[in-house]
Amino acid sequence: MIFNFADYDQLLPLITNSLIAGALLAVMGGLIGVFVNTRDMSFAVHGISELSFAGASVALLAGVDVVVGSIAGSLLAAGIIGVMGAKARERNSIVAVLMPAGLGLGILAISLYRGQTTNKFGLLTGQIVAVDNPQLLWLAGISVVIVATLLLVWRPLNFASLDPEVAAARGVPIRALSILFMLLLGLAVAASVQVVGALLVLSLLVTPAAAALRITKVPVLVAVLSVAFALIAVLGGILLAVGAGLPISPYVTTISFVIYVVCRIVETRRK
Amino acid sequence: MTNPTTQAKPILEVVNAKLAFGEHTLWSGLNLSVMPEEFIAVIGANGSGKTSLLRAILGQEALTDGQILIGGQPVGRGSDRIGYIPQHRATDSGTPMRARDLLQMGLDGHRFGLPWRSRSARERVRHVLDCIDGHDLADKPIGTLSGGQLQRFRVGQAVISSPNLILADEPLSALDLQQQQAVANLIDEERREHRASVLFVTHDVNPILGMVDRVLYLANGQFRIGTPDEVLRSEVLSELYGTQVDVLRNQGRIVVVGTQDHDHHPDEEWS
Repeated sequence: MIFNFADYDQLLPLITNSLIAGALLAVMGGLIGVFVNTRDMSFAVHGISELSFAGASVALLAGVDVVVGSIAGSLLAAGIIGVMGAKARERNSIVAVLMPAGLGLGILAISLYRGQTTNKFGLLTGQIVAVDNPQLLWLAGISVVIVATLLLVWRPLNFASLDPEVAAARGVPIRALSILFMLLLGLAVAASVQVVGALLVLSLLVTPAAAALRITKVPVLVAVLSVAFALIAVLGGILLAVGAGLPISPYVTTISFVIYVVCRIVETRRK
Repeated sequence: MTNPTTQAKPILEVVNAKLAFGEHTLWSGLNLSVMPEEFIAVIGANGSGKTSLLRAILGQEALTDGQILIGGQPVGRGSDRIGYIPQHRATDSGTPMRARDLLQMGLDGHRFGLPWRSRSARERVRHVLDCIDGHDLADKPIGTLSGGQLQRFRVGQAVISSPNLILADEPLSALDLQQQQAVANLIDEERREHRASVLFVTHDVNPILGMVDRVLYLANGQFRIGTPDEVLRSEVLSELYGTQVDVLRNQGRIVVVGTQDHDHHPDEEWS
């Protein structure tokens, strides 16, 4: 069954924490996604998520906390991409080099791991319902820190992303903001990997903002719509997945994709 | 009226400045004091170091020797006391920014903190929209503006924070002749309205000839500073270039012949 709501009233209390963590992640993903799009970082997100997966897999094998491993992998990748890939073309090739290396390492670690097998696939395809409470706390904490930081640097980061030449002339610290953004992005990817899995992070950090950008050019509306789309995808995904007892990622990615397609149709209709 | 004590002090001082890349010296021994509300044209061949001078003033290029002071203080990396007008570049139609957002960024884009818009900020944007006659275009995405329209908003962006100094880097290039004159006139009006000095880098002095107080002419690692009538003369430029250069004047237009690095439009008349 893909949809099944027979025991829903009993299931709902069990997933309250997941819903809260999911909502926080969605707000974070929706907001940072705006900058991922305007800074042309979509491919970098994919690369970071593969190294996040590698970090998590190695942690799993070593018996260390998976979230810690995934954060370490993410930050390492974000750091390398941030330092070496200032220009878009260089960045893309660096990401393309890092990505298979990370994925390979992750597969190696997982193959050597002799524990529970559900954990293995969870890293690639998502597992929020199975995530235990201490981990949910981690995720919620990371999300809050990222959202708060983004709001505080919003104006200069936006200036630097959309109008870098004038921003530099006006004294906006372009380089420092770029490094800070990569740091935030690394953390955001690590958190998102826990929910939708390494392979599907883009659906949370890129698709909602990309959809919002199709239908409005008003900066505030882009951010608000992007968050709204991410919330619909994540909360809707969790609620549907619980009923069916399946991983949440296919639901999240499908909702996210449908929203994007609808936005494109709306955009075309307007012209 | 301007306070006489502040009027006596230069806004910008370039003191015995030298900029060299390895063996290649762009300029050396450069001394320039820009007084309040002075309009200075920086003219010269491609590669003569016009844009590098702006970058040095903005602290983005380290001088080989000498010093640059703005308001008596050494320059940092960019400054919110400087208004900057870049060359026209076509903007991606997907950029999530309206013309009004460009002005808003000029006002508070460099500020950290929660992106809260005050009433006075909105008033200020409205005032500048009056100045640049931009109300009709204010809510259009900047990707849909023509070159001349975008440059009008660039002028507004540069003056909105009431800077003492406006740096303009070829702001008229890629515009047709009518738009060039309109944007040049706007820069002149706005710098008077906002009491700012202007350093205007250009390869064609004609659109701004009526508003220029002094000319800084860079060529061959040397320079000449003076009023247009003092500098734009055959014998002065011939000495500067070390070859026969003719400065022709026709109906208020100046054409420099023999330098092989100018992009004047001798066939076209200004009305």
